[in-house]
Amino acid sequence: MTSRLTLTINNRTQQHLVADGTLLVDFLRDQMGLTGTKQGCDGGECGACTVLVDGKPRLSCVTLAHSVAGQSVETIESVAENGRLSRLQAMFHERLGTQCGFCTPGMIMAAEGLLRANPNPDQAQIKTALSGNLCRCTGYVKIIESVEAATNHG
Amino acid sequence: MADTRPKSVIGTPTPLIDGVEKVRGSAKYTADLMPREALVGRILRSPYSHAELIAVDIDKALALPGVVAIVTGKDSPIPYGIIPIAQNEHPMAQDRLRYRGEPVAAVAAIDAATAEAALDLIELRVRELPACYDAMHSRAPDAAQLHENKPGNLEREVHNSFGDIDAGFKAADLVAEDVFHCAEVTHAHMEPHAALAEYDPERDTLLFHSVTQVPYYVHLMLAQCLDLDKSRIRVIKPFVGGGFGARTETLNFELICAILARKAGGTVRMVLSREETFLTHRGRPAADIKLKLGLTKAGKITAVKAEMTQIGGAYGGYGIVTILYAGALLNALYDIPAVQYDGYRVYTNTPPCGAMRGHGTVDMRHAFDTMLNRLARQLGLDPIAVRRANLIDAPGETPNGLKITSYGLPQNLDWVEAASNWKTRKGNMPKGHGLGIGCSHFVSGAAKPVQWTGQPDAVVNLKLDFDAGITILTGAADIGQGSSTIVAQVVAEVMGLDFSRLRVISNDSAITPRDMGSYSSRVTYMVGNATLQAAQKLKARLIAAAAKALETTPDNIECLGETYRVADSQDRGLPFEKVVQEALKDHGAITERGTFTVPKAFQGGKHRGGAVGSTMGFSYAAQVVEVSVDLETGGITVEKVWVSHDCGFAINPLAVEGQVQGAIWMGMGQAMMEETRFHEGLPLHANFLDYSFPTTLDSPDIAVHIVNSIDPNGPFGAKEASEGGLAGFLPALAEAVAEATGCAINDMPLSPDRVFAAIEKKRKADKKRAAKKVPV
Repeated sequence: MTSRLTLTINNRTQQHLVADGTLLVDFLRDQMGLTGTKQGCDGGECGACTVLVDGKPRLSCVTLAHSVAGQSVETIESVAENGRLSRLQAMFHERLGTQCGFCTPGMIMAAEGLLRANPNPDQAQIKTALSGNLCRCTGYVKIIESVEAATNHG
Repeated sequence: MADTRPKSVIGTPTPLIDGVEKVRGSAKYTADLMPREALVGRILRSPYSHAELIAVDIDKALALPGVVAIVTGKDSPIPYGIIPIAQNEHPMAQDRLRYRGEPVAAVAAIDAATAEAALDLIELRVRELPACYDAMHSRAPDAAQLHENKPGNLEREVHNSFGDIDAGFKAADLVAEDVFHCAEVTHAHMEPHAALAEYDPERDTLLFHSVTQVPYYVHLMLAQCLDLDKSRIRVIKPFVGGGFGARTETLNFELICAILARKAGGTVRMVLSREETFLTHRGRPAADIKLKLGLTKAGKITAVKAEMTQIGGAYGGYGIVTILYAGALLNALYDIPAVQYDGYRVYTNTPPCGAMRGHGTVDMRHAFDTMLNRLARQLGLDPIAVRRANLIDAPGETPNGLKITSYGLPQNLDWVEAASNWKTRKGNMPKGHGLGIGCSHFVSGAAKPVQWTGQPDAVVNLKLDFDAGITILTGAADIGQGSSTIVAQVVAEVMGLDFSRLRVISNDSAITPRDMGSYSSRVTYMVGNATLQAAQKLKARLIAAAAKALETTPDNIECLGETYRVADSQDRGLPFEKVVQEALKDHGAITERGTFTVPKAFQGGKHRGGAVGSTMGFSYAAQVVEVSVDLETGGITVEKVWVSHDCGFAINPLAVEGQVQGAIWMGMGQAMMEETRFHEGLPLHANFLDYSFPTTLDSPDIAVHIVNSIDPNGPFGAKEASEGGLAGFLPALAEAVAEATGCAINDMPLSPDRVFAAIEKKRKADKKRAAKKVPV
């Protein structure tokens, strides 16, 4: 069964016909072409698919698209400001918070969610907020540094 | 007067040249390529560990509406493999299934649901065979043989001896012998495997995108297995989400995807699940090690005798190289006069192993440095002092013919000793706390490629045209380690330009020169040198053009990057764009090429397999690990790591730091928790919950110090930075845990249950000893 889904994606409210069992990650990637959101595991293990739903981090690979009807979904593609990197993105770039880049969209969205709720997190809070996002390249050291640099006191 | 000379680009922390795309989410990885017309490809995998494959019945599956093509072993009769002399694997199984998860057939259908339904309709007729899952059973006289030409299930045995072993042990004051076991681990790169094959039946051509570290190998194996002329194939590597060795070899799904696309007469997109990515494996084999080491009272190593058995899985893959590496790199870290090595690579009915970061050397390094630490303690010597007693007199050559041209181990030891406050703290840590040290090294590119062609190891082309922009064309595969940034830095440095005039185009076989790809940490060294030569040639050409325009000789021209002028003159000179215009006159677009070839003298000893381990430059690392151990649970917390890495010269110190941190951390994963597990060949670990590696909460700060030993042959003196540090973590952790708990544990990983069991055993033994001492 396919039914109508109304939601806001990256600040634009829209309607789509979406098969009922479609996962949010598949809807975003396959139907909307928003391939910045990645799938790194078979469900809920790695955090690469993290998006914001009403401003809070959510794993889009274990979220049904229809379950976010009427809500606001933000993906990595919306983080840049007028085409320029946001402060958080710039810090990930300049401080090598990204190596292969595959975990990066999810990592940045999880960090974005944290910074909106708490603009001045300490290192322990950053580590906790990113503990569901796996990275295999960095050992997390420069990811933590990138997020710290993007805080108000960074 | 202001200094108008361009700022140096090398040696300066430089963000990745392709980093903006990564943080913006616009970087396209293979699975992000979704042509509308693409069919969905899915693989049917063996549910049997070992069986004779009698028939694959695809009739019912073919009849399912929406199924476009099905391929089986009959469509893939040609074997493939990384080592030309040891290719015993087929894209899909022929008449024998050798591990659970081995591809048997594949379906191309209009959507995923149809493809998966079709897999369920394929029927296998088999006769099950006894299976072997460990070395002991595989090597038993009555064991089922996996490959007809491999009696005893031995892929390769190695027996090497250098120096006088008997005299060495005779000269020792203390000789110890022990056994070690390291579990099998796997790469777990974040991006699952994916491929996109676009076959044009009219032209009989194939356009292929994949997640590979070595597009060139994929190109060769596609041509071989599809029996298709190489000129009809174009291979492109998009962004790749990590590799760590997994994607050095051509992998079965890549070949299957292409075979399926040709049969379907169109485009097939294949994205593997995480479970399938685990099954594709090619990780570090489980290893049993017997080690005997002799030291004098002063701590000088007199001899080592090592035996390693690697449990390699069902096919040859990289096996021969892996088992040789383990022995070869017993050498070249410390000065050891006598080395005996016996290696056995064994077949088992499990997914094939392959190359993984620190290829072949890691588990042996664990055993060696762990034993060295213990012997130091027994002799009442400081472990760092023992290492200082065994430094190599560089430059020099090891007994097995490896050349050492630059050697920063002494400086590494000095730094980690001071930074960790080792002298005052080691041996004085509070209960449950400990410090440990480990050293390690790795090649900066294998000196001799497995595919011999007589071509240079690296070729780089620089294209300069009317737009006065320089396009760097390279086959070096950036898989996140930053190789594209390195080549851009080298060009920028030589030309005196910044990145705004440069672009890097990499890994499109139709455009970029052949390169051996990203493995054995070869890229900075080899491709860096080729790039350096190309840039120097281009600069010379522009200087000549400027000299002609300024009516002087080239040696009078001073290149300031954006300006070329007569040296020491008040002349305003020519802007870069004008110089380019002059150079293009009567010629048009310029392409300068640079090449690099490792001289034969560096290709190792003359003995069989002597090329493995040979390189033009070894990197060196030392690290100190600080832990606290919960003595009630056996849980280890790594509090801090200090690592010093000799990478010759850090062209990009930011990337070197990142690579070193990543390598140390990956060693930490192996040392603390990583382990593949099977039940009768059935993987129990094929997801990120059961194959767990450290999260942010488990990960310590890793302080990195870079030693610039300036290698005489590396580009600007550079050597590798991505692999050498990994192995040293294992023995450093074992030593730290030994201090914290009083327990000597030989096996890896040091999981809480293993540490707890050792603590309990020691408690009981201590109690018994105490009871005996009480007079009755």
